[in-house]
Amino acid sequence: MSGDIILETEDLTKEFAGFVAVNGVSLRVARGTIHALIGPNGAGKTTCFNLLTKFLQPTRGRIAFKGRDITSLPPTEIARLGLVRSFQISAVFPHLTCRENVRIALQRARGGSFDFWRSKRVLDTLNDRALALLADVGLAEFADLTAVELPYGRKRALELATTIAVDPEMLLLDEPTAGMGHEDIDRIAALIKSVAANRTVLMVEHNLSVVSNLCHRITVLTRGRVLAEGDYQTVSNNAEVREAYMGVGHA
Amino acid sequence: MLDATRAEPLLAVEGLQSWYGESHILHGVTFDVRAGEVVTLLGRNGAGKTTTLKSIMGIVGQRKGSVRFEGRELVGLSSNAIARRGIAFCPEERGIFASLDVEENLYLPPQVKAGGLSTEQIFTLFPNLKERLRSQGTKLSGGEQQMLAIGRILRTGARLLLLDEPTEGLAPVIIQQIGRTIRSLKEQGFTILLVEQNFRFAATLADRYYVMEHGQIVEQFANAELDANLEKLHEYLGV
Repeated sequence: MSGDIILETEDLTKEFAGFVAVNGVSLRVARGTIHALIGPNGAGKTTCFNLLTKFLQPTRGRIAFKGRDITSLPPTEIARLGLVRSFQISAVFPHLTCRENVRIALQRARGGSFDFWRSKRVLDTLNDRALALLADVGLAEFADLTAVELPYGRKRALELATTIAVDPEMLLLDEPTAGMGHEDIDRIAALIKSVAANRTVLMVEHNLSVVSNLCHRITVLTRGRVLAEGDYQTVSNNAEVREAYMGVGHA
Repeated sequence: MLDATRAEPLLAVEGLQSWYGESHILHGVTFDVRAGEVVTLLGRNGAGKTTTLKSIMGIVGQRKGSVRFEGRELVGLSSNAIARRGIAFCPEERGIFASLDVEENLYLPPQVKAGGLSTEQIFTLFPNLKERLRSQGTKLSGGEQQMLAIGRILRTGARLLLLDEPTEGLAPVIIQQIGRTIRSLKEQGFTILLVEQNFRFAATLADRYYVMEHGQIVEQFANAELDANLEKLHEYLGV
């Protein structure tokens, strides 16, 4: 870990008609850390992700990634710079198999879009890598099933595998463990930890045991504003955070 | 079975089989839910829990076997006829109509019985919905869509609620609120069949549990027997 800031926002704001979803958020994510964004439903967490990856244009404010102002870049450029997101509701190709879904993401990471013309041997190496990633998320035995046939929780795991396959410097994960069973949550948490060994992760997550075990730093949003920030101990002892988000029974 | 004095369960599922196209998902599921109970279906991803709920509602490709509600057979009925008998389903994908606003989504399902929650009660439960009454379905956050999906069926007065992962994507403080709501619905006489991966949440609510594996019920026990069954559950679920 170092004090180097990889992602920084300044006064980030998004107004919809009659509704301020994100209101003057200044966020600093240190390189090599796992940083959590938590908060009540409707606090603006996903909107923040949409602003950072430019699926939405901010009303005002500034976003810098690796020291470069990315506020006016399109989503594709931001992904190419190494800032890649997953979605809260799965976004995979439904009629491709799990293996094919991951392979497409791997082709992107290779940098060439013309792998269609490469020899079969190149694609076979991608197959091995795709299978390894599927095994990491617990989907090895479903490699040849089309995504549409997977139950919800496994679709989420597949999307995580495709996000990791792109091999970005920084990952934004939107509720990576939502819809998963206990056996899957531990596996995904371990995976995020291993993926984060040489990357930066910013994640929205409601499972507080995952947050407390994984995350170095936590920013709590409520009504579009930063309510509190710090390590798990600090934010979980904050009375306002307990009232707005954690409720009783989470120390 | 022939004992006429024995009260028939509100929902009796027997030998239920279901298919999605070629895929045979449920292989003879048998269980029952008595009036006023909260029953939880446990099991790993892909065990058939969601398919069981969908099969009760009649929204799978093909089903065989028997599903009796208040003593009457549901297999063979269309899903809207089943809903009108007084069964409501809250799907995991939430199913919010994107082009309708919160109020329209809330009022779209007809009231099928008296005794559902009033709009005011739903807003007390989920204040976000009141604040965002004029927002389109797609403009809501994931958690707000989940609140709307639950609130929407509480209005209908359906006496049997099928809830598929109602706590998914919700903040801990809201999950606790949903727990209190389910307890109060139970006190008011509602019957609830719950699919829930959040085992700690389910354990505070359920009267009985069924464990599913590979499209069948493999275990059942009452809440009082929970501690004695934790080791087995650990094997089944990894909790």
